[in-house]
Amino acid sequence: MAATTQRPVVDLREPASWRKTKNQIMTGLMVLAMLIIIVPLVFVLYTVISKGAGIISGQFLTAAIPPNVLPANLGGMGPAVVGTLEITALASVIAIPLGVLGAIYLNEYGKKNVLARIIGFMADVMTGVPSIVMGLFIFSIFTLHFGFSGLGGALALACLMLPLIIRSSQEMLSLVPDALREGSYALGASRARVTVTVVLPTAIGGIVSGCLLAVARAAGETAPLLFTILTVTSTNTNVFSGANTALPAQIFTNATSPYNGAQARAWGAALTLIVIAFILLVGARIITARFTRVGR
Amino acid sequence: MTERQAQPAAARPTVGVTPSVQDLPATGTGNHVFDANGISIYYSAFRAVTDVSFSIYENEITAFIGPSGCGKTTVLRSLNRMNDLIAGARVEGDVRYRDAPLYGPGVSPIAVRRKIGMVFQKPNPFPKSIYDNIAYGPRINGIRNKKQLDEIVEKSLRQGALWDEVKHRLKTSALGLSGGQAQRLCIARTLAVEPDVVLMDEPCSALDPIATSAIEDLMKDIKSQYTIVIVTHNMQQATRVSDRTAFFSVLRNEKSDTRTGVLVEYGQTRQIFEDPHDPRTQAYVTGRMG
Repeated sequence: MAATTQRPVVDLREPASWRKTKNQIMTGLMVLAMLIIIVPLVFVLYTVISKGAGIISGQFLTAAIPPNVLPANLGGMGPAVVGTLEITALASVIAIPLGVLGAIYLNEYGKKNVLARIIGFMADVMTGVPSIVMGLFIFSIFTLHFGFSGLGGALALACLMLPLIIRSSQEMLSLVPDALREGSYALGASRARVTVTVVLPTAIGGIVSGCLLAVARAAGETAPLLFTILTVTSTNTNVFSGANTALPAQIFTNATSPYNGAQARAWGAALTLIVIAFILLVGARIITARFTRVGR
Repeated sequence: MTERQAQPAAARPTVGVTPSVQDLPATGTGNHVFDANGISIYYSAFRAVTDVSFSIYENEITAFIGPSGCGKTTVLRSLNRMNDLIAGARVEGDVRYRDAPLYGPGVSPIAVRRKIGMVFQKPNPFPKSIYDNIAYGPRINGIRNKKQLDEIVEKSLRQGALWDEVKHRLKTSALGLSGGQAQRLCIARTLAVEPDVVLMDEPCSALDPIATSAIEDLMKDIKSQYTIVIVTHNMQQATRVSDRTAFFSVLRNEKSDTRTGVLVEYGQTRQIFEDPHDPRTQAYVTGRMG
């Protein structure tokens, strides 16, 4: 077994280098950034759950809001739960059709024309308007004339949701490949038909999840509601007239009161609100996953 | 390569090209389906194609060949007004489809495309079931009857040489098909609306030789019922399937540093490949480029 012709061994390991070190430093920084983001989130969830979980019960979710002086085991947040659900639902009914149709106009019809550019720019400006300003706006043009009502709150929330829905839906529509549109046009389809039968079904998953995110965002808004619905202690099922209440607004008034019972109810309301938002987010995820299952 | 190319692109009608269309019947009926007369196509200020004239004949396969950027796809897309979808695109000159002006006043691109279908370079099945992909066009045309749709779907898939492969999974997503199957689906989808003409824009460029051969056979099969115009980069494909071939090339204007596509030579496929009259055609078909 004499030495056969020795072939040099190829070393495929990377030598220690500045590139490797940079990679390690950057990886470390990214993990750190992730922790910094997660820590406050975990703290918020921990605090809200530890202080709010004890009070949650069937009674808490349905009973009327008692005077602030009463202890935590009496009354509940029923009117606020009902108010949040009906006001957010009404806001969605106003904002979702308008927003999705607006996005369809921007992406399928207006393209880059002057009107589309103006609308797109306005939507961006609207995104930047503080929610309290939206509340004041609806207060001055609606509430001052028609009084406090769930409808006023819904209008204010719809104003907040609209730009989010327009921009997220437009983004989803723009992801639909032009090849699909051309395929449909080449079969003699009109623009409306191309939009309804090819573009919308392809983008629907993303549009729905974008809308749900906007709904979740609106459900948590406090400032616009303070001007438009006030807070009340008994359930108002008529969303179109009379003062109403909602979880965020109720959290604000309860948390600023000096009584322990009221504050405990505020924590419970906060947890309820987080759970509602969480359900919407998970719903958005499921819908997105379901519609994109076959791959786009 | 100097004289002709030095001519300014802006010169009048006879710019360097007088296509020698031999009106001998190849295999079709000899009826004219398209007559293009001196068309120039612009994308905003850019003139992509200059002064192109040709006729397309019924029940024949006509191939457009030429180097990249010579405007063959642009010309193809002008034949069913797909260019209308591109902002800034416009066509000058006269294009007639069976003696009707394609760009005349009041002509609806939608009506045009129902008669003149198109198959694209990349298979583009809709994210729907195989059945719904085929039934899409007929449904646009108002056919709702289930039985009638079933028949159209089967007939079209048979014509597209896909029926046997997919008949058991018509309700599954078309996105699960392989590239070759997806392209045959797209051809079947085009045939489902029973167009008069099928335009094909490099339909095989994304496919392997076996899938390509399946589609070439399919084209020959349906030729008796349709008029086909195909853009291809593959010269062997042009010689295998087409009756007539149009060779496009790029005309550079050194002075203004612009380029534009021109039709260099048009004739029966055999003549173009075996006895090209223009030196540029000869350079291209023999592989020396032009």
